[in-house]
Amino acid sequence: MAAPPTTGGLALRGVRIGLRGTTLIDIDAAIAPGEVLTVMGRSGAGKSTLLAYIAGFLDPAFSAAGEVLLDGAAIQLLPAQARGVGLLFQDPLLFPHLSVGGNLLFGMPRQAGAGRSVRWAMMLAALDSAGLAGFEARDPATLSGGQKARAALLRLMLSRPRAVLLDEPFSALDATLRDDIRTLVFGQIRRAGLPCLLVTHDAEDAASAGGTVIELG
Amino acid sequence: MLRLAPIVAVAVLAGPVLAGLAGVLLPAFGYLPALGGEGLSLLAWRQLVAQPGLAQSVAVSLASGLLVPLVALGIVFLFLAGGSGTRLFALIRGAMSPLLAVPHAAAAFGLAFLIAPSGLLARLASPWLTGWLRPPDLLIVQDPAGLAMMLGLVVKEVPFLLLMSLAALPQLRPQARLALAGSLGYRPVAAWFKTVAPGLYPLVRLPVFAAIAYASSVVDVALILGPSNPPTLSVAVLRWFNDPDLSYRFVASAGAVLQIGVTMAALALWWGGELLLAALGRAWLEGGGRGRIDHALAWCGQGAMLLAGSALLFGLVGLAVNSVAGFWRFPHLLPEHFTARHWLAAAPNLAGPLGTALLIAGLATVLSLAVVLAVLENETRGARRPGQAALWLLYLPLIVPQVAFLSGLAIGTGMLSLRPGFWLVVAGHVVFVLPYVFLSLSEPYRRLDPRWVMAARTLGAGPDRAFWTVRLPMLSTPCLTAAAVGMAVSIGQYLATQVLGAGRVATVTTEAVALASGGNRRVIGVWALAQAVLPALGFGVALLAPRLVWRQRRGMRSLG
Repeated sequence: MAAPPTTGGLALRGVRIGLRGTTLIDIDAAIAPGEVLTVMGRSGAGKSTLLAYIAGFLDPAFSAAGEVLLDGAAIQLLPAQARGVGLLFQDPLLFPHLSVGGNLLFGMPRQAGAGRSVRWAMMLAALDSAGLAGFEARDPATLSGGQKARAALLRLMLSRPRAVLLDEPFSALDATLRDDIRTLVFGQIRRAGLPCLLVTHDAEDAASAGGTVIELG
Repeated sequence: MLRLAPIVAVAVLAGPVLAGLAGVLLPAFGYLPALGGEGLSLLAWRQLVAQPGLAQSVAVSLASGLLVPLVALGIVFLFLAGGSGTRLFALIRGAMSPLLAVPHAAAAFGLAFLIAPSGLLARLASPWLTGWLRPPDLLIVQDPAGLAMMLGLVVKEVPFLLLMSLAALPQLRPQARLALAGSLGYRPVAAWFKTVAPGLYPLVRLPVFAAIAYASSVVDVALILGPSNPPTLSVAVLRWFNDPDLSYRFVASAGAVLQIGVTMAALALWWGGELLLAALGRAWLEGGGRGRIDHALAWCGQGAMLLAGSALLFGLVGLAVNSVAGFWRFPHLLPEHFTARHWLAAAPNLAGPLGTALLIAGLATVLSLAVVLAVLENETRGARRPGQAALWLLYLPLIVPQVAFLSGLAIGTGMLSLRPGFWLVVAGHVVFVLPYVFLSLSEPYRRLDPRWVMAARTLGAGPDRAFWTVRLPMLSTPCLTAAAVGMAVSIGQYLATQVLGAGRVATVTTEAVALASGGNRRVIGVWALAQAVLPALGFGVALLAPRLVWRQRRGMRSLG
């Protein structure tokens, strides 16, 4: 594969991850802003390991090499919180000790001039936009599955990531909800112009994402 | 900073133990410059051997170190083998964890009030069964063979070993093992002993070793229930150590070294027993017996567990009744009238020692919790787990006899011109509190889904912010439980407080134990009950506070 372009978006250059001498992952890829790259493979093929490397959580037992470029800058040596890479998990993982609003505020960066009230207003507006108006004080445990998924997506988007990783985020949802949430997630990511890497074993996810598909393992 | 946490923990656990051992080893062989011991000699040993009753002291200590854990472990295993699934099992299981919080001294006093010639049991059986119209002249409590003391220790070790076993059991998946053995025709108790026990024992081995060390060297329970002349070796060492004639410190040191030898002998004999049992057990396992006396064994286990729990519980009732008893004629089961006089009389004296005990417990617990959290957080961040060696280190202060290294520390700190007193007591308590806080908190800490912290990190939180705003609040319930355990351990400490405080730091525990020789039951009832209530309050707070704070957060309940 030819070396991918390095301007804008998320690029993996010569990323090789191994465990005790065997190479698990060997990948070169580029994801343009607003595009989704789907990585498919059976469980154990190293999909989650790849996400861990990009997000900054790779277990030191693995050996890893290669560059992760975000908007042209190498981020693979930065600590997880400084990479600008957002992650949506299989479960919504709304912090159980915070309210729904507290969860959204948790990830919002502090900007100069934007005080408490501005952040609060942004949080309320986000809830409103997702049909969750009036939910700011609610206990996340009282939300339905679809509401939790939407709140988790809002939390992610409010944290202003520059790239998004999706770790099988739809597999735990009811079949009836799955389509709605898929449309919502991909729509938001596209609208925000973020490069997105989706890891899944569900071919429907890949079809819905509509981008390039890579098979692992 | 965080990387230093394991080193700090090692220093806290091993430092005092090793320093304390040096502090008795050197004087035992004549070296203690402060008292004129400049060279090496065996004089202290010759004096030690010449002490009257030494052989019996050693014998009682050794017997206690072997019999107490044997009986306690037997009760626990029989109970687990025969009881799981029954309603009685669930009931006892639920009652045992609060009973573990009862301090040793209070439990020992309670048992004394139960089994003494004029105690509740004698009253219950008199005169209709025994014919006694006055308390019989029997030496039940403080009997020369130490049986009452061993009974008291069994009653206290049973909940300890039960909870340790229950904590270890799930990873063995006992239901699957029992189902398999059952399908091969084994009856439940035999199935449990043949398929679960061999896996469970290695997991509770260190707690059992701690129980052996404790039973062979305990001081407070021995002062209350144990023989007085000659006393157990541990009490004898403490007497020599406290002798106004300072030259007895050499004898005390030699005695402390002997105490270590006795405890090690108990451990070695136990280990020999393990080997023997392993050799015999193989034949028994492969012999294919399906359990002929299964029912009887199951009943034995449940009955013995019920007895142990009742002894603790009714001991506390006995303390309570005594503390409010007016005139109480034998053999009446209850006093003729009740009075608040003893409580009112004790109240002014209680406040100080209660406050001191709480302050020491609070400080020791906060310090221990900080070190334990730092060690666990460091471990999570480095994704590396300490191995078996670390677990042994954790148990070090629980396996080396307290009386040996504490008196060594007191002698040693004297040499370093560290003044015994409040802060030395706090430091000493940390040595014993830290292991229990670690044992209580490590499992929930490691079990917390790592994705919570990952979610926080990808939302822009650094490791420190993720710890303070996500992990710690989410673990607030286990942290509070660990703190309550730590408080209970600290409040129960008699020897550390007495020795490192040079007798000048008075807590509710040192005061209660000091009353043992006086024998005023009403006063003892007040003090021992006050001592027992304190840890219970801590557990009450640990239970209720999270429910109050998180009452609007349903997701926090499943995390506790």
